[in-house]
Amino acid sequence: MTCYFVIVGHHDNPLFELDFSRHPEVVKMEDRRHLNQFIAHASLDLVDEAKWQSGNLYLKTIDKFNELNVTGFVTASNMRFLLVHDSSLRTDSIKNFFSDVYEHFIKAILNPFYEPNTQIKSQNFRKKILAVAKKNGVGS
Amino acid sequence: MSRQYVGRSQSDRKVSVSGELFALTYGALVAQLVKDYETDDEINKQLNKMGYNIGIRLIEDFLARFPDIGRCYDLKSTADILAKQGFKTFLGIVPLVANWNAKGDEFSLILEYNPLCDFVELSEDHPNLLYSNIICGVLRGALEMVQLDVDVWFVQDTLKGDDTTEIRLKLNKRLEDAVPAGED
Repeated sequence: MTCYFVIVGHHDNPLFELDFSRHPEVVKMEDRRHLNQFIAHASLDLVDEAKWQSGNLYLKTIDKFNELNVTGFVTASNMRFLLVHDSSLRTDSIKNFFSDVYEHFIKAILNPFYEPNTQIKSQNFRKKILAVAKKNGVGS
Repeated sequence: MSRQYVGRSQSDRKVSVSGELFALTYGALVAQLVKDYETDDEINKQLNKMGYNIGIRLIEDFLARFPDIGRCYDLKSTADILAKQGFKTFLGIVPLVANWNAKGDEFSLILEYNPLCDFVELSEDHPNLLYSNIICGVLRGALEMVQLDVDVWFVQDTLKGDDTTEIRLKLNKRLEDAVPAGED
């Protein structure tokens, strides 16, 4: 089961990553990690295209790689949320997941000690996103 | 100037917006100080100094707005007025006055909610930073203008993981020199 979430900044740099993937063999996990990042990065161009076509923040599935889908979400300040996942996740749960993450994301960047477009190191944020993921049935 | 304060009530939406702006502005100020100074102690000192400069001016505005506050004859009434009117007017919160010591010259102000700390998370590089230290400076400056020499410091801070924010105030002495010659 693959499920990889990344928040990408303005310079295509990952600000926050969360990997929920679970594979039967540990060896495969290491390769998968690089692959997930690669897939997400490759789909960034498609995100940028898709965002002009839709008036919503939530962009539906924008890319497909073998059996993995990439779903995107663009925030008002052009921060991209990407979810690399297989077909086991429902659109509704992904949509709600993105909305909840967006809320927590806004609160995190309002922190005066946070430099925009840098990595979000806060443990608090990580915990909140894990809780949100659990609540929406993403990655479990 | 008074126009801004007329709308200051719980139900006025304008208050909640400017509260966020206030917290963000203060946050930007502290973030800039963190970049400018090397040690947490320096930053705390600067915040205290800035608070002091605000306090010596703020007391005039406060006493002008509440002309019926007369002279306080003991520290207890000073503490009550500080909590119920001072903090309420400028920060919109009413802290609890508690933890008096035996002699009656030290007390704590316990703030359940600190409006300066909305959205703030302290980074690990600055474990000793007293984020709201400006409040200590304001109290020190304001009370010095009414002839009270006080020491103000933080005992607990929600940003550091405690349950409440607690500020302790100790009266050192009354500054007698400032009493005008005509009165006694």
